[in-house]
Order: sequence, then C-alpha cells, then structure tokens
Amino acid sequence: MKAAQQKKFFDSLVEVIRKTSTELPDDVVRAIDAGKAVESEGTSAKYAMGIITDNIGIAKKKSQPLCQDTGSVLFFIHYPAKGTDYDAMTKLIRKAVATATKKGYLRQNSVDSITGKNDGTNLGPGAPTIHAEPWKKDFFDIRLVLKGGGCENVGAQYSLPDSRVGAGRDLLGVKKCILDAVQQAQGKGCGPGVLGVTIGGDRATGYLNSKEQLLRKMDDKNPDPALAKLEAEVVEEANRLGIGPMGFGGKTTLLGTKVSALNRVPASYFVSVSYMCWAYRRQGAKISAKGEIVKWWY
Amino acid sequence: MVVLKAPFTEEKIRALKVGDMVEIEGLVFTGRDAVHKWLSEGNAPPKDEVDLKDSIIYHCGPVVMEKKGSAKGGGPKKKYVVTAAGPTTSTREEPYQAGIIERFGVKGVIGKGGMGEKTRQACQKFGCVYFHAVGGAAQVLAEAIKDVEGVYGLEKFGSPEAIWKLRVEKFPVVVTIDAHGNSLHKDIEATSGAALQGIYSELKK
Ligand code: SF4
Repeated sequence: MKAAQQKKFFDSLVEVIRKTSTELPDDVVRAIDAGKAVESEGTSAKYAMGIITDNIGIAKKKSQPLCQDTGSVLFFIHYPAKGTDYDAMTKLIRKAVATATKKGYLRQNSVDSITGKNDGTNLGPGAPTIHAEPWKKDFFDIRLVLKGGGCENVGAQYSLPDSRVGAGRDLLGVKKCILDAVQQAQGKGCGPGVLGVTIGGDRATGYLNSKEQLLRKMDDKNPDPALAKLEAEVVEEANRLGIGPMGFGGKTTLLGTKVSALNRVPASYFVSVSYMCWAYRRQGAKISAKGEIVKWWY
Repeated sequence: MVVLKAPFTEEKIRALKVGDMVEIEGLVFTGRDAVHKWLSEGNAPPKDEVDLKDSIIYHCGPVVMEKKGSAKGGGPKKKYVVTAAGPTTSTREEPYQAGIIERFGVKGVIGKGGMGEKTRQACQKFGCVYFHAVGGAAQVLAEAIKDVEGVYGLEKFGSPEAIWKLRVEKFPVVVTIDAHGNSLHKDIEATSGAALQGIYSELKK
C-alpha cells in the first residue's frame, strides 16, 4: 500500500471501530425490538427493554459508546494474499485502536495482567486480538466484535460427559449444557443475550469458534439441519426459564443462539459457550485495496 | 412507577418492594472496589464532603470529562461532565456491602447483577434496598445525571474509582432486593432452576 492508501485504510479502520461501538447492526436491533414486543406492559422486563432501546437510539445519535465497557477488541480479518504487507496492516490496525481510544469510541480498557497497569492505549499483548487470514480476493474483509467483560465472565466450557449437568456425549447432552450455561448466567451477562456455541474442537479452538459464531446474522439459517433445529429449540426452551431481561423475570432470556461443530479427538468432547450481552457490538466492512470502505456487511 | 426523592428516609425505603420500577431524584455517590475496601478498613470520608448517612451508593465507574468553566470569583473552576455511567457488577462488593450499610446507615445501593445473602440480610435489618440499573445503558443513565457536584478521593483512588457526587433526575432502576427480606435474584434463581429441571425431564422422554 502506498502512503495515501495507508491513510485511507487507517481512516476506514477507525470508522469501523466507531460504528461498531456506537451502533448496533439492524439484525440485532430487530431481535431486540421483537423481544421488547413480547414482554407484557407494566412489567420490569418491558421497562428494561424500553431503556435498552432508548439507549441504542441515544448512542447512535450522539455517536457515543453504547455501553461504557467497550470490551475486548476482537478483529476477524481476510486480506488479499497478493500485495498485502501483513506487518504494515497489523500496525495500522493497532494505530487505529489507539486513535479510536483517544477519540472516546473505546474506553481505556486494557490492563497489564501482572502489574494491573492501564496505559490508556488499549494496546498490549493480545490487545487488540487480530485473527487474520489471507485469501485470493482483491479486497479486505474486516469484521470487529467488541465483547464486554460482564458477559464474557458468564461464558462456560463443558467437558462431556458432565455428571453435574447429567450431559452425555450427544446432542441432547449438548443442549443440556447450553441451557445450564443460561441458567447459571442469570441476569449477570446483561441479558437478553445471544449465544455462540461450538461443539468439539480443543479447548482453545472451541472457544474461538464459538466467538466466530457471533459474526453470523441473527436471522441466518444454519446449513446443518440438526444444528438449525438445536438452535431454535435452545432459544425456545431458554425463554421458558423465566430469567428475562437483566434477570428481572420475563419472557426474553435469549435473543438467539448460533451453533457450530468442529471435529474432535475421540477422547475429548467439549461444548464451548460464549455469551454475548444485548449490547451485541459487531460490525464489518468490505474495504478495497485502495483502503476505502465499499460496503458494510451488517 | 415510583418516584423516590431525596432525602432517602428509612420510611420511604421500607415502602419499596421487590419489582418496583423507580426513578431516583437526588444525590448519589459512586463507589466501587477501591472505595468499598477502603471504607471496610475503618476509613471514612469527611462528613462535610461525603455524608453517607441516608445515602445511595452507585456501583459505577463513570467516564468523566473535565471541562474548564469559570467560577464567580473569576478564577478557573473545574467542571465535570459525565459521558457514560452504566452500573458495574455488584457481587464484587458483597464481602463489604453489609458492613458499610450498617456502619454508615446507607439506604440504597445501585448496581447490576444483584447481590448475595449477606447484603439481603443487611437490607432487611438496617432498612436498605438494592436497585438494579439496566446494565449497558450507559447513555440513558448518563442523561439522567444532571450535574456533578464534586468528587472525593480523585488522587487516592483514580478517576473511575473515586467517589463522584452525582445529582440525578429520573434515574431509572428496579428494586431487586427490598428491606423486607425479599430478593428477586434469589427467587428467579430458584424458579429458573426448577424450570430447567422440568425441561431436562421433558428432554429425556
Ligand atoms: S455485559 Fe455487555 S452490556 Fe453489560 S456492562 Fe458488559 S459490555 Fe455492557
């Protein structure tokens, strides 16, 4: 990339971060509106959903972070194999994160785990997290998820069989684990939530893949009929738990669930559940080789 | 909808019940981990600056911007504006909260995620309630903060941990632990646990 293109690419990255932090994608807003609609008038569940929708509107209007916990900054990227200088690209991404922090789109949110020091840049080992793969196409696909701490804390990983949950190594056992995770989370993950779930893999790839499920649109359909069925059933059953928005009680406990499966070694059977709060900040853009945003993915 | 206006007397607090939707109007003090630990070690802020008697503590580390305004005397005076002010997870203060409610006569605690058994008992015994704010609603809650009346312990605790004195209006919360021994968190945990077992047994068929 030439200097002028680098500048454009950098500006596009800052814009991706701004939009992600301050606006929820339409498919998420629609799911939240639908959740609000099913709660009964006069309940604290309806009240909470009303505050949530107001908050979405104000944040967008003021271009201010939806939630002050702007979360872990997780990039999922594809870049043109031909002509991309990987080191230059990641350098620009890190610079964009620091700039977005200065502009207030991200809170100073990254702490040295040993010393507890926060240098205010959101940069450090693993911060931001960049998952990048080359591809044959001639444009960049830059997707970003901001994952808050409260909901990340209620994520869970199960190793089947699990005797506490009574879960064996089959889809029934998987479902029990997912519902258990929702019940354990109660309102602590700022529900109503959305789950990304991965069956199989090792512990690390399982959790990573469960986060990648959060890149899917709320209204997409799982190509695997067995998993599509599981996704629908989990949402329906979780919403019968009565936990409701913020754990106030109510009908909307989950807005959606996305499940995928990875191969595993015969000895292991993991179910990894990532819980995403209602402040489901995900965005992404197609960025041309010239560094310009061509279209938004969500 | 219940409007709770300062002063936060025991009578007004005892009138609140779990599930009540409340709008708070008056002064609230932010306090999170550092402040709770510090108070529990026997320290106390000077009363003329932060009077915790009949007060409401908000578990929140606000994002505060400093704006230069001019005081009447002509000299520069610091003026603060809150740009984001959502609740933080309350359970981290569970070890300290009951003692602080008892020692200072705190009448309300605002946070998210609920609190445990010790706090529930202290609320009942000393006449205090736990208000659940909507987690993540940083912008709505910031708009309900009309003024920052001061700050205590900015050097000692740092900005997010300091005690900010916030003047709030129509600050929306839900009572989830009341002063009569009720806890919505305890109830929902029990009912959702039973519902889960019900679903499990259906699945077996
Ligand atoms: S869980 Fe989500 S909505 Fe709640 S405080 Fe964290 S980032 Fe914000």
